Amino acid sequence: MAEPLLQTRDLSMHFGGVKAVRNVNFTLAEGELRCLIGPNGAGKSTFFKMLTGQLQPSLGQVLFRGHDISKAHAHEIARLGIGIKTQVPSVFDGLSVRENIWLAASRIHNRHRVNAVVDEMLERIGLTSAANRLVGQLAHGQRQWVELGIVLSTDPDLILLDEPAAGMTHEEVNKTAELVREINRSKALIVVEHDMQFIRMIAKQVTVFNQGSVLVEDSVENILRNPLVRDVYLGKQAAA
Amino acid sequence: MNARTLNILGLGLVGIVGIAFLILTPRFAELDTVLELTVYMIMAVLSLSLALIWGYGGILCFGQSAFFGLGAYTYAIAMFNIGESTVPFLLAIALPAAFAALLGYFVFYGRISDVYLGVITLTVTLILFNSINSTAGPEFHIGAARLGGFNGIPGIPALNYPGNKAAAVDLEGMFYLSTAALLVTYFGLRLLLASRFGRIIVGIRENERRAELLGYDPRAYKLVTFTIGGALAGFAGCLFANWGNFVSPTIFGLAQSAQIIIWVIVGGRGTLIGPIIGCIGIQWLTTALGANQPSGSDWWTKLLANAPFIFGVILIAFVLLVPKGLVPTFGDFGQWLLRARTRRVAAASLEPKQAEEG
Repeated sequence: MAEPLLQTRDLSMHFGGVKAVRNVNFTLAEGELRCLIGPNGAGKSTFFKMLTGQLQPSLGQVLFRGHDISKAHAHEIARLGIGIKTQVPSVFDGLSVRENIWLAASRIHNRHRVNAVVDEMLERIGLTSAANRLVGQLAHGQRQWVELGIVLSTDPDLILLDEPAAGMTHEEVNKTAELVREINRSKALIVVEHDMQFIRMIAKQVTVFNQGSVLVEDSVENILRNPLVRDVYLGKQAAA
Repeated sequence: MNARTLNILGLGLVGIVGIAFLILTPRFAELDTVLELTVYMIMAVLSLSLALIWGYGGILCFGQSAFFGLGAYTYAIAMFNIGESTVPFLLAIALPAAFAALLGYFVFYGRISDVYLGVITLTVTLILFNSINSTAGPEFHIGAARLGGFNGIPGIPALNYPGNKAAAVDLEGMFYLSTAALLVTYFGLRLLLASRFGRIIVGIRENERRAELLGYDPRAYKLVTFTIGGALAGFAGCLFANWGNFVSPTIFGLAQSAQIIIWVIVGGRGTLIGPIIGCIGIQWLTTALGANQPSGSDWWTKLLANAPFIFGVILIAFVLLVPKGLVPTFGDFGQWLLRARTRRVAAASLEPKQAEEG
């Protein structure tokens, strides 16, 4: 079997007495698209923070193409090829859309190439006309797109998306799903999302987190039928 | 008019005003005015050092005076030992830069938060103040240079033309040198900030975590920025030691450190011209207030002659009313005027239509 792109071994994060993530063994193949679901507080965002070096795991390992990155700095992990779109858009609010994309693109492109790459990305995220506006003045949905553009501009092999469709209109959600599928043609992705409509549009394999550990991992159809999943997560939504 | 043309126009304007000032001042001003203007220029270089690291790098250094003072003392001490000014001049830049690099290494790589950085840098400058202050005895000397403690070091030999010990720079020469230094520093920093490095440090100021997640190491960028700031402050310190041929420990003192921060707050963070204007304006005010000895016994003449009181009022007024500083606030006002005009034009073109509909 080919070496997995990403693998975690007994990955755990303890905050004092609280075990936010415990003994997660997770494997992602090259080029795979995986959705993570689970109720609030299930540990999904903490899991992402450990994958990207924003938190150092209390126990366990993260292997990226066989390298242990569990003790690496965030910028080193980014350079290895993991990009993340965080839950609350993390962008450069005081700078223009163009400058935001430029900062990302210029990490990997030299100055002769970078402006062309930036123009291309602005076109791709549909913000060419807003290129000179300050990102802090944009609507939430648009800021999400700016962050997506930033992440894509560093050309990572693995992209983590933490609630990419949050705060978007129905139309924007469709557009995002389309973009996710397009990205997946060349990159691996892990997507955290609550919007089941969105999950159905993009997912094949789904991993369900509950109380810090993996509850179940299966195809999207089976997950949606699984009564256990419904109990912890979907059941509440169906009742509501 | 787009941002780029405005930018180039602004640069051109600064260049023309700067060069005209450089050439014309000694021809038309009295020598004592030239002397006064020289120290404004030197302090403006110092204000630019904090404008870079705080205004663009987001590093609030409360002890920029530490590097300024180190520059001045290094020049003085090296000058008494060497006699020819080329090496002392270079040392006065290199030593503060190295000190900034060392301090910055522990602070940034130790992940010390912003507030503590302010506290640490302030403490460092006060430690230097107290250490140098207590070296008055003859046993405190470095080579031929006596440190002089609270008396300071008088009679520091002036800079000479590189390699020619006999050709010392005179008072007018100091004015040319300081003004040129300010112009070179200003345009040099503009270049730096337009470069990839400059854009990245602004990105780090805006969102350090994001910059990190893109693969930039904020610690390294901040360290380099801080070191450049230290070198610039040291350079200003060297010029200052030349200006009065004298240096004393007050250069490290609280008043000096606070002043630099006030210049930047008044002029505006995130600009270079702002801190220069803030620095020159406040120094001019200091001189004007100093000259204004209480002539009457009225309470208000006494109050006006009390410079620290006036500065306190200015600082509080700016923090509360003009928190962005002069230059950014004027910029906002200009943009608001432009937008208001656009709206009027748009409204005027709509009016006939509305009349038809009505």
